[in-house]
Amino acid sequence: MADVVSILLVGVGGQGILKASDILAEALMFAGYDVKKSEVHGMAQRGGSVSSFVRFGKSVYSPTAAKGTAGILLSFEKLETLRYLDNLMPDGKIIINNESINPPACNLGSMEYPKNIEYFVGNVSKNVKYVSASEIAVEAGNIRCANTVLLGSLANHLPLISGSIWKKVLTKSFPEKLLDLNLRAFELGKSA
Amino acid sequence: MKKELMSGNQAIARGAFEAGITFASGYPGTPSTEIMEEFAQYEGVYAEWAPNEKVGLEVAIGAALANTDAMATMKHVGVNVAADPLFTVAYTGIEGGLVIITADDPSMHSSQNEQDNRNYAKFAKIPMLEPANPQEAKDFVKIALNISRKFDTPVFLRSTTRLSHSKAPVSKGNRVTEISKPAIKIDTEKYVMVPVNARKRRLEVEKRLNALKAFAEKFPENTMEINDTRVGIISAGVAYEYAKDSFPNYSYLKLGMVYPLPENLIREFSQKVKKIYVVEEMDPFLEEQIKAMGIKNVSGKEIFPFTKEFDPGIIKDSIQGNEQKKQQIELPEIPPRPPNMCPGCPHRGLFYSLKKCGKVFVNGDIGCYTLSFLKPLEGLHNCVCMGASIGMAHGMSKALGDEGKGKVVAVLGDSTFLHSGITPLLNMVYNKSNALVIICDNRTTAMTGMQEHPATGFTLQREKTKAVDFIKLAESLGVDSVRVADPYDLAKTTKTIKEELSREGVSLIVSQRACVLFKRAGETAKPSLRIDLTKCTGCKVCLPIGCPAISWQSFSAINAAAIQRNAPKQDGFVVIDTSLCNGCSICQQICKFDAIID
Repeated sequence: MADVVSILLVGVGGQGILKASDILAEALMFAGYDVKKSEVHGMAQRGGSVSSFVRFGKSVYSPTAAKGTAGILLSFEKLETLRYLDNLMPDGKIIINNESINPPACNLGSMEYPKNIEYFVGNVSKNVKYVSASEIAVEAGNIRCANTVLLGSLANHLPLISGSIWKKVLTKSFPEKLLDLNLRAFELGKSA
Repeated sequence: MKKELMSGNQAIARGAFEAGITFASGYPGTPSTEIMEEFAQYEGVYAEWAPNEKVGLEVAIGAALANTDAMATMKHVGVNVAADPLFTVAYTGIEGGLVIITADDPSMHSSQNEQDNRNYAKFAKIPMLEPANPQEAKDFVKIALNISRKFDTPVFLRSTTRLSHSKAPVSKGNRVTEISKPAIKIDTEKYVMVPVNARKRRLEVEKRLNALKAFAEKFPENTMEINDTRVGIISAGVAYEYAKDSFPNYSYLKLGMVYPLPENLIREFSQKVKKIYVVEEMDPFLEEQIKAMGIKNVSGKEIFPFTKEFDPGIIKDSIQGNEQKKQQIELPEIPPRPPNMCPGCPHRGLFYSLKKCGKVFVNGDIGCYTLSFLKPLEGLHNCVCMGASIGMAHGMSKALGDEGKGKVVAVLGDSTFLHSGITPLLNMVYNKSNALVIICDNRTTAMTGMQEHPATGFTLQREKTKAVDFIKLAESLGVDSVRVADPYDLAKTTKTIKEELSREGVSLIVSQRACVLFKRAGETAKPSLRIDLTKCTGCKVCLPIGCPAISWQSFSAINAAAIQRNAPKQDGFVVIDTSLCNGCSICQQICKFDAIID
């Protein structure tokens, strides 16, 4: 593994990307790594395209990574995967939520939502996993915990974070009444 | 002590608390907002939202004059608003400490311009610190306060979006045990800035700047790391982190203080390395000063971009002089996904109604409603700075004369109006204007994340307080006609706007409906609406409201057997995403075929 590993989380404002990246960064910190994460707020966030870097290693300087160097791309929405694809290192890992959210131009019928996203993604990496996170979240009890499902799937690629650390961070991150739901979503995501 | 993951903004707030700052004032603005929200939660501090940054800084100055350690926070353009007191408090100094946080926004993630506020430090002749990461952000607040007290000067602490909104582990410390005791001290020669006193203080400012230059030479946060001496990088703030990420083995001069500069230290560094790169985002602020020192072999903006934030890749490519190894990736045309007004946003109904009122020029302002400029609403036609809509509308209506009657509108939010809309409204009344002002009153400062303001009835520290009444305020200023409209009621809102546009004099409409995300307002989402496919004719009349929950479904994309035609030339139908719709009913009011149902 490289000195510093960069994970890029992308999706649409409102999908819980910042929450997921907070949990991920904290879990990495508890696992003993130096970690930095970046995010966007304010006008950049309202229903628009959102991205957040989480970088970890022995010592991390920059909160963002150069294009073409991210080891893992965790995408909350299919089209957004394409927008950020050039951030991935050759044959880096990609986890994609099987969910399409129309951007405004597609809602209006003036542009088409790209077809064959799988083809374009497959050209860049053979290391791709599709997760039906929204369906799994419904199975866990609430569609809104799709972000936790995706974290569960990501956890398979981060064996350095133990199950007990994940549990500790998830417990810290959710109010008690939502905890069981999210623990369930995480486990279902992990085995998906 | 154990480390905690903190954003740059959280760390600044923590640093202020630990340093013993007990007083803070500011106005929300991305990327600075969370500093005040976090600071306000600490025990033993007073924090308030000011109506704008000028007031915020003046309030902090007042506290500092009463021997209190104070902080003022603002985004980069907020310093423009606060510049008037800033340039003169630089002359007077203060009794307590005064730290001014400026949060700049390279790349304009959430701003109307990309100004580099390091220039303000030089312009106003006050020192500026620039932390590179959250740990430094916390530590530097305390250092800034100490400099402020030692040199009797306000001190800038500069953040950028990538620091304010990045998180990293930060070690917490204990709060200082000695907290400054507030006191009144009268010293008119120092604090009454009439010419005779100001001329004396002007000399003090220069003396202080020289003392600060000497201080900068020994300042421990200006650090030299000598490694590979072929290349030396001079940098500060988060730009240092990008450079270090790409070139860990070069030599570095990292400046914790970006004004004034340590000239001797820079010369010493330049003698140790063969070639110098000055790595800084936006303006060549360090570079120009370093080149003016006569130092040779310095490269800066001739290779690095002059705009947008950097990342490690940009620095590598710039220094290596190539667009190296950019992956050529085959991609389809990717539809843009700009930020958008939320489903159920009350602004949508207002701008749809406004569009039904003929050809009017809508002077816009800063807030969520600015997003209405996008297709399909195209609801406003300019946007310059906080509160500018009203002044521009007045100027436009005066310039157009009779031609402009009924055609000039200003639109701005409740918080923006209170920030800097009252004085230009007064000007409209005074100078007999002929334009319409609409306050989009959604009961909160929505764009930055629901902050309180003087019309919400609550303070930053959650105390109940008086709430300004826009109607009474406008009436007392002398506005000729003041009306209220509910933007969820399209017909009435359109009628109200048309009536006010046809009226002589100054009119004001308060378009009143709480932000759909604002929980305290109790705006409970109604059940989602849906499309009755036996009635939808595919006329597309509901699409121009630009609701994210409504999308067009072409017949060509679905199974022929599933097609239901309700009109002869129908080629598709609309779909409502029930997970997004909150039943605001604007689309329902527009549909001529009763095809949108509960």
